[in-house]
Amino acid sequence: MSQADLTMEVHTTGLTVGPAFSIPTKKLAMWLFIIADTMTFAACLVAYGFLRNGTPDWPRPFHSITNVAIMTFILLTSSLTMLLGLRSARAGDKAGAFRWTMITAAAGIVFALLHIREWMGLINEGMTLFKNPWGTGLFGASFFSITGLHLTHVTGGVIALLVVGVRYKGGRYNADDIEILGLYWHFVDLVWMFVVPLVYLLNLTH
Amino acid sequence: MTTAEEHKSNGIGKDLVVYVCLLALAGLQFVIAYQNIDISQMFSRMLAVACVEAGLAALFFMHLWTEKRGFLLFVAIFTISVLLMMQYGWTDSFRMVSGAPFSK
Repeated sequence: MSQADLTMEVHTTGLTVGPAFSIPTKKLAMWLFIIADTMTFAACLVAYGFLRNGTPDWPRPFHSITNVAIMTFILLTSSLTMLLGLRSARAGDKAGAFRWTMITAAAGIVFALLHIREWMGLINEGMTLFKNPWGTGLFGASFFSITGLHLTHVTGGVIALLVVGVRYKGGRYNADDIEILGLYWHFVDLVWMFVVPLVYLLNLTH
Repeated sequence: MTTAEEHKSNGIGKDLVVYVCLLALAGLQFVIAYQNIDISQMFSRMLAVACVEAGLAALFFMHLWTEKRGFLLFVAIFTISVLLMMQYGWTDSFRMVSGAPFSK
């Protein structure tokens, strides 16, 4: 069947060809990625919850919430700066959009550094993937897996922010690209809202 | 690009309100962590707060609220149903601790 026949068939059957949900293809692709990534994180967190619930000597090694509170504040604030970047881009304020995007990237870098500092503290206390001084060795594996997966997403997001920000300033990308990247960054923030209570706050030493 | 142009015309006010709400809810989670309650109660309370936070972020920061209703329903129904299906194994984790009740 030729292309002309296909076109004719579409016209005669009244079908319309266009993006699903009237959403541009790139944005729909990002949403589908986010849905898939939600399943990945959910599977990790459910598996973690299963282990935590089913293990009697689950460790509770966290003495202070200061570090994780600062990390949460930084990540939430970076979502706001991302929104400000998108708003500037939509308003045609190229310099403003670039500035806010770079501020968001900087916040991501600070978050990653604080995360690594926390990891180093735990490692120095004797925690590895398979053992720790406080209880079952499963804790290290689940903690490093979940927070490591999230940290990988933050790192990827920071790189994307830098690349998209620079290319937007150079005129190769537009406000739509900032919006799509913003979706990803907000998703990273959203996942952290579940990681904090389940992985950190439930394991506080009282 | 957005299918609804609503969020473009709004001021920064709504975003700031959502941001402050998210900060407050995050703070609430920390408060719950220091309550002297059973771990399962703590877990359910924190999870409930996290779900509200996630809903606010998805609807307003990710502008899901201003997308077409069909897309909103697609994301919500598909995602929530899969997440619920992941919960089928909890009874087995209780069996690992408590033994018999759920093993038969």
